[in-house]
Formats: sequence, structure tokens, C-alpha cells
Amino acid sequence: MSLEVPDGSLTALLGPSGGGKSTLLRVVAGLEVPDSGTIEFDGEDVTGIPVRDRGIGFCFQHYAPFRHLTVRKNVAFGLEVRKRPKAEIRAKVDELLDLVKIDHLADRYPSQLSGGQRQRMALARALAIEPQLLLLDEPFGALDAQVRQELRVWLRELHEKISVTTVLVTHDQEEAMEVADHLAIINEGRLEQIGHPAEMYDHPANEFVMKFLGPATQLDGSWVRPHDLVVHRHPAEGDFAGTVERVTHLGFEVRVDVTMAGDGPAWVQLSRGAAAELDLGPGDPVWISRAGSTGQKVDQPTGPVEAEAVADPEPIVDDLAPTTAR
Amino acid sequence: MGRYGTEHAVTGRWRWPLRIAALTYLGFLVVIPVGSVFYRAFQHGFGAAWTAISSPDAVHALWLTFLVVLIAVPLDTVFGVGVALILSRHRFPGAWLLDAFVDLPLAVSPVVVGIALVLVYGKSGWWGNWLAARGIHVIFSLPGIVMASATVALPYVVREVLPVLQEIGTDQEQAATTLGASPFTTFRRITLPSIRRSLAYGVTLTTARVIGEFGAVAVVSGLVAGKTQTLTLFIQDGVENLNLVAAYAGAVVLALVALAVLAVVGADRREPTTERRKPRWRSPSDPSPSDSEVPLLSTT
Repeated sequence: MSLEVPDGSLTALLGPSGGGKSTLLRVVAGLEVPDSGTIEFDGEDVTGIPVRDRGIGFCFQHYAPFRHLTVRKNVAFGLEVRKRPKAEIRAKVDELLDLVKIDHLADRYPSQLSGGQRQRMALARALAIEPQLLLLDEPFGALDAQVRQELRVWLRELHEKISVTTVLVTHDQEEAMEVADHLAIINEGRLEQIGHPAEMYDHPANEFVMKFLGPATQLDGSWVRPHDLVVHRHPAEGDFAGTVERVTHLGFEVRVDVTMAGDGPAWVQLSRGAAAELDLGPGDPVWISRAGSTGQKVDQPTGPVEAEAVADPEPIVDDLAPTTAR
Repeated sequence: MGRYGTEHAVTGRWRWPLRIAALTYLGFLVVIPVGSVFYRAFQHGFGAAWTAISSPDAVHALWLTFLVVLIAVPLDTVFGVGVALILSRHRFPGAWLLDAFVDLPLAVSPVVVGIALVLVYGKSGWWGNWLAARGIHVIFSLPGIVMASATVALPYVVREVLPVLQEIGTDQEQAATTLGASPFTTFRRITLPSIRRSLAYGVTLTTARVIGEFGAVAVVSGLVAGKTQTLTLFIQDGVENLNLVAAYAGAVVLALVALAVLAVVGADRREPTTERRKPRWRSPSDPSPSDSEVPLLSTT
């Protein structure tokens, strides 16, 4: 596969678990050696450069805090290893702790922090060496739902503030769409599609991307978004006939399951207002059409578009000005 | 109560019989025999015991034991940490064999270890002559005693450190590497502090084993008083030659050294863990760490 990460972007590698996203991230970091292919930063081949000289910031899935060091010492580690002057380290660490808002926890040990605080400490530690590339492996995977939600927004804001090129791995499509400005969908070692989240949602390259990025249902043999369908009580030209099976109220939306005439099951997502107006019940005959121009579909469920060859990964990571971390 | 269990682990009528049984067992096996050694040593007064233990042979035996500890324990420590690192951080064919070999000195009798060393390094051994021709005498000399001691005490550091290395995993080490640390820096600043506690315990066990070793050392040392006699051999010599006061006094010294070693470990074990060494940060007004502590999105 060939993957290019634009300068200063926040790119999410999205895909089901076990699809090779984390492996790709580790290869980019240099923690794992690719069988073939090259990694380039800013057009410079770094495939042979060891991890510690690559100048990347890596946040591990479980944060890998140095358990015997305080938060301050954790964050300072990269700078101490680089033998920076004490005063400079102190100032930099203070600045970072303030940036990730754990300055009041500087003298605690990792075991005395909550999951979210450890997350932010790991981020500060990775940022301390002023990496040219920040890699986050499932950054919110180990957190509970509410904290995760908060941290997403916070990460987005942080990225706007420091604008270091960032690649994160996630299996949560909602998270990826919310946080990232670039998406790369990876499945079974293949790159399925790459692009902007909204654009991919509306123009998925194939059936896999269509189904992975959001709800999908079949109409007349092709995939559509259930909220892009319109239900009518009376037939019109080009509509597809069916019978209502079930109407489920899910708070702000209403899900209508329909059996299409000669075409199996489908479902439609309606707003509460639309549902009330139609007043549907099981057994009612309905006619379904695609909503005007906003409706998108995948006509031919083909294979991956831009991607091939699992055995030959060739991620190209373009990046900021070289070696800001020296 | 803390580390010895809750107060009501054993309740009611079983409490006292169990306590008495445990204490009786310990009494007959440890307290009475060791106590009688102390009694016998000072039976003829402190002066007699002192004379016996301050004889040149006794002092030399003590010095030799000290010297052997000084050489063998660092050897076993370095080797033990190295093997534990290899076994926990690398996958390679034959790893199980190395793992099994580490335990071998525990499985075979120390006497066998001694005989095996003589077979290889003795006068009629494989390398013994070759080495002797170059002025290196292993058997009946300090190198042989050190080798025998290091061999029998070899498993302790590995067995203490290996499980800890496996448990902490490689995440922290990898993180250190991404932050720019060299392998040595990573070992010194991340790995070593993580295994410090178990390493200390392993080193203590190794030390105790080296001090107390008799069988293997007896075979390789040649038992020359004032030359190749360690403290345990000095005691055995005293028993055999009916120099009983010397034997008991030597035994007392050995026991005191052992107690001192145990006290050091005990102190280390009672020391709070790294995380808890800092002043108690948890006050009633500051409950468990939680993510809601800082409103993340308040500023900017």
C-alpha cells in the first residue's frame, strides 16, 4: 500500500481490529521492521534509521508510563536523555504539563493518576522531544465512554494549537470522523480508501468503506445510507414498493424496517417529525425512493480502489520541516 | 495487621492449636538446634569462644568466605540479569534449554557440581593440565572455590528477576527508545529500577547460598586449613577434629552473618513500594484519581 500523510494533518488509520493498523504505525515509528517497502519523512528515506533517532513521538495503547518515575520525570525523560540543560528541561516540562493540564499532578506517580491523566502525561512525554511526527496507538481505547468523548475534543484542540503532524490508530469510526481531518481505511492489511471524512462518508469507494463508516442498507441491489431514503404512502415513478415490518423509536430518530417486494429487507432512518406525519405501522404498504441529490450510493461493490499488495507496504509519510527535534 | 493477613483469618477454637503446632515445629527444627549451638559456643565462657574464632585459621576462613562472596555474587548477578533479559526479551530456538540449564545446579547435588569441576579442571581433567602449565591452578585453589560457589548459587537471580521482567513487558523500554534512549540508558534508567526489588532479593539469596555452601566447595577446595578453608569447611574441620568450641563459635559467626543478610532483606521488603514512598497524597478530601478532576474543555 502507499499512504501519504499531509503536513500538519491529523490522520486516522481506521479499520477493524487485527487489520494491520497498529503494525503500520509501529513500522512508521521504527519499532518494527518492514519486510519490504520504505518509510519517508519529507521525502527522506528513514527506513534504516533506528527508532531512537527518528524523532517521532509515540503514545502506546496503554500509555507505557515509567512507573518508578513521577509525572515530571516521565515528561522530562526524553530531554534528559538528550542531555539538555536543567533549566531548559524544567521550563519545557512546565510548559507541557500546563499544555495537557496536569501541572498540578507533577509530583505524583503514574499509579496515582486516572486513565485520562495518564493518557495526557504520555502525550506530554511524547511531545517533549518536539517530534516531527506524533503517532498515537488507540489513544482512547482504554478509557471509559465519557472521558473518551472529552479527550477527543481536547485532542482536536491541542492539534490545532501545536499543529504537529499526527497519525492515530482507531477502530472506532465515530472517533475517527470526529477527531481526524484525514482518514485512511485499512482492512486486512489493505488500504481501502483515503480522504476527508465527510467526503468518504458521502462517496465511499466500495461496500466495505460504505458499511464501515456508517449505517447502510440495500435498495434495488445497491448500498445507500438509511437516512438518505424517503418513505411515501403513495406510489410515484421510480419508487420501490415494500411492506413495513417494524417501527422502532430510538429517541431522536425512528427506524423503519421494510421488506421490499422481491428484494428482501431494508431499513430507513426517519426523523421523528417525518415518522409522525407518515404514521406507519406494521403491515402498511410503502414506497421508497432516494432523497434528491444528497443521496449517495455505491453502484458496483468492487474491491479496494487505491490499494493492493499486503506484502509490500510502502507508506510514505510526508512531514514538517525535517528534524525539529535536534 | 497488614502483610501477615487479616486478624480473623483463623477463628475460634482452631486458633491456638494451630499457633502452638506451628511454633512447636519451628522450635524443634530451628530454634532449639540453633540455640544449642549458641549455648555450646559460649559454654566455656566468652573468652574461649573468642580465642577459638580469632585464631589465624578461623580469621583466614572468614576472610576467604568474604572474598568468595565478593567475586561469586557479582558474577552470578551479572549472569543472572543477562540470562533473565535474554529469556524474557528474545525468542530463539533452544531458549527452553537455557531455561532448563539455569535450574540444573538446584536439581543436582552440590557434591556432583564439585566432582564435575574436578573432572574438567583437575590435574587429570580436560583443561587442568593445560591451565596448570600456565600457572593457573583452579582446583584446590581460590578459582575452583569461586566457580563451585557461583555454580550452585546461579539460579537465584534468574528465578527472581525473570518473572518480573515478563510481567512488566517491553512497553516502557520501547517508550524509552522512542524518546531517544540508547539500549544501555534504557536498561539503566528504566529496566533496572523496575527489577530493583526482585534483584535485591535474588542477590541476597545468592549471597546466603554462597556463604553457606559446603558440598561443592568441600570437593574442590582440598580443605587446607589457612589456605583453602572457607568458614563452613572450618566448622566441619572443628567437628571432625573435636575442636568443638571452634566449630560452635564458627557456627555462631555463620548464623550471625545469615541473620544480618536476612535483616537487610527484611528491611528492604518492609520499605514501602516506589509508588507509596511519597507522602500520602490521599487525604479524605482527595479521593481516588478521577478524570473529572480537571475540566478539560474549560479554556482555549
